[in-house]
Amino acid sequence: MNLKKMLLSAVAAAVVATPLLAMPAAAQNEQFMPLLVYRTGPYAPSGIPLANGFVDYFELLNARDGGINGVKITWEECETNYNNDRGVECYERLKKQGPTGATAFNPYATGITYALIERATADKIPVFSMGYGRADATIGSVFPYVFTAPATYWAGADAIVQHIQKQEKGSLKGKKIALVYHDSAYGKEPIATLEALAKQEGYQLNLFPVAHPGLEQKATWLQIGRQLRPDWVIMWGWGVMNSTAIKEASAVGFPMNKFVGIWWSGSEADVRPAGAAAKGYMSASFTGVGAGAKVHSDIRDMVFAKGKGMGKDTFGEALYNRGIVNAAIMIEAVRTAQGKFGNKPLTGEQVQWGFENLNLTQEVIDKLGLTGLMSPIKLSCNDHEGGGSIVIQQWDGKQWNFISDFIKPRREMLTKMYEASAMQYAKEKGITPRDCSKM
Amino acid sequence: MIYREAGQFKTSYAADQAIFPIRLDRIGIAVCLAIAYLAVPAVANDYWLLSILVPFLVFSLAAIGLNILTGYAGQLSLGTGGFMACGAFAAYKLATSFPDLHIIIVFLLSGGVAAAVGVLFGLPSLRIKGFYLAVATLAAQFFLIWMFNKFGWFNNYSPSGVISAPPMHLYGDVYLTGPQSAPVNKYLFLLTFVALMALLAKNLTRCKIGRSWMAIRDMDIAAEIIGIKPLVAKLSAFAVSSFFIGVAGAMWAFVYTGSVEALAFDINRSFQVLFMIIIGGLGSILGSFLGAGFIVLLPIFLNNVPGLIGWHIPVDMIAHLEFMIFGALIIFFLIVEPHGLARLWTLAKEKLRLWPFPY
Repeated sequence: MNLKKMLLSAVAAAVVATPLLAMPAAAQNEQFMPLLVYRTGPYAPSGIPLANGFVDYFELLNARDGGINGVKITWEECETNYNNDRGVECYERLKKQGPTGATAFNPYATGITYALIERATADKIPVFSMGYGRADATIGSVFPYVFTAPATYWAGADAIVQHIQKQEKGSLKGKKIALVYHDSAYGKEPIATLEALAKQEGYQLNLFPVAHPGLEQKATWLQIGRQLRPDWVIMWGWGVMNSTAIKEASAVGFPMNKFVGIWWSGSEADVRPAGAAAKGYMSASFTGVGAGAKVHSDIRDMVFAKGKGMGKDTFGEALYNRGIVNAAIMIEAVRTAQGKFGNKPLTGEQVQWGFENLNLTQEVIDKLGLTGLMSPIKLSCNDHEGGGSIVIQQWDGKQWNFISDFIKPRREMLTKMYEASAMQYAKEKGITPRDCSKM
Repeated sequence: MIYREAGQFKTSYAADQAIFPIRLDRIGIAVCLAIAYLAVPAVANDYWLLSILVPFLVFSLAAIGLNILTGYAGQLSLGTGGFMACGAFAAYKLATSFPDLHIIIVFLLSGGVAAAVGVLFGLPSLRIKGFYLAVATLAAQFFLIWMFNKFGWFNNYSPSGVISAPPMHLYGDVYLTGPQSAPVNKYLFLLTFVALMALLAKNLTRCKIGRSWMAIRDMDIAAEIIGIKPLVAKLSAFAVSSFFIGVAGAMWAFVYTGSVEALAFDINRSFQVLFMIIIGGLGSILGSFLGAGFIVLLPIFLNNVPGLIGWHIPVDMIAHLEFMIFGALIIFFLIVEPHGLARLWTLAKEKLRLWPFPY
């Protein structure tokens, strides 16, 4: 009975205390960055370096530059566990914090991105889905608050096909390409593009869905390796699915140098568990590798040296660098917006303007110390992808190396596809697209 | 002393058979409803409404549905996620094919579709029971999710397989889905809908059909001997249960998340709802609410506690602590009261009747 009383009072205390949760932190000259992270759960090996990249870059800016033009950066992490319900809860929890509310959200999960698009648009907070989420959200007239820079999955699929075409001396006629994909919204994104390209280039596309979480792929790879014997395999995998696929591919003797993954199948966490089998495996990427950029030495000198920062263990990993680049693009969008609205904390609506007018030229990238980590992008009202480039990297058993130049996806074709899909969405949702020619 | 029925005389059969025969209970429920309708919308902010109360109400409805099947009719089911997906995808197809259809009609029809599918997958229950039936419903779970993932027709050939609710209004410009929808409207709509559905469920379980479910649950052979048709009883339980679950799935997709992929209704969703009714109390409508509250709200609360009391510990640590405390609490409650939270409430009421002179 006493225990029950205790429990009852605990519950009562909980009920009384919870309204305090939503109290915004009192602050003046601060720009608040909400961080949706997954440091636990099945995808933590990917989530941890990403989250660390963000935090370390923010720490660096606060230590080196005193924030963004004097506006200090604050942030709060919220653990989503890569779970959509939790992601939405985190979004609602963080969206009003800080003096001006959340700057922009980086959901880092296609499912959460889908769930946030409508909410964030209504709340006027940008969603920056860097290399994931809805590809057709590139069309800014229909999705004013969603940004897909520097490349979408469709662009990624096109870049991979371009790379394969180059390896095949220009012609894919009669070649067989297999797509091994995570059977979810994320994994299905490239299918339409690859099918369109198959018609154009004359290759044969075979689809191999892998059920979540992707630990069971024996049958898939037996079929690929023994029966179909494709010339190339493209993979849209995530988490444990990646290393499992690499192991199974090597078990059926599929050559690693004919196996290309998307950028979420190309981190250290994906290849290391497969051991020596992974040597020669390739993946697309839009962010640089290694820890040799100026931003890295700055983080080492000004953040780690002071005992701050979180990314010592993941320093220079593919996803750590992606976290840095993502944070940098977000900060530069704020900086661009400050040029118009003044050097003060900005609202999501103002940051949206900053994103649409963001122009990261090579000089700016060099100045930020991000040389080699990203390609130039320039966004506009209708183009939220910004024309980023994609590179193919290969695992040599110890680290990732670039083996191609920066590949420009064929955007004329892609834009048509984005537009068709975005217009269908607009029709379904009853959205009247903005007129970008008047902006 | 305060809580007792002494002195409350019933003068009609109707009064005697009321859901809440004790006056204090009726006052209590009226106060609860008044708080839910008046105080909550006035006090709660968007965070509370959208990310705590809305999913709580949706899950309560799903838990009521599963409780009818598992708690009242005794048919163990692991197909809840699949039936929720049925409701969600049916609502999406209906709403996009017939844009003029009213949202309530869409929800009810999608519940009907889920009910039909539920009856179909309930057929094996006529031959098998217990764990074996659980495995059969598991097949429904996997088959339905696979089907929605596989065939583009269900999601209007969207490249990613995600369905997204079109903007729909209750009347005038009171939108329930889409960007113009206000959280408070969603909450009040769900509250009304779930309250009415709960009342319906409560009365269903008290009438002839509910009694036949419970007879089947307690001993199916005896029930058959006294004239209850197992076919009708079992399949009606599957139909009614799937109807509730289907409506909950449609609400999940339309009112709560707004866009959803089939994978959101995977086996974990089924387990989640099953745990709700086990912890809340099998065979109790109140238990469905308590269980949904426990499973939905407690993790969010635990996750918020460190920030609340000013502890700055890393989020991964919070997440791990949340799992540990949550798990410990489940075990604790099941040891203290294996019949669920609803049973604790019943015991408390019985003690209260004798208070302060227990014998």
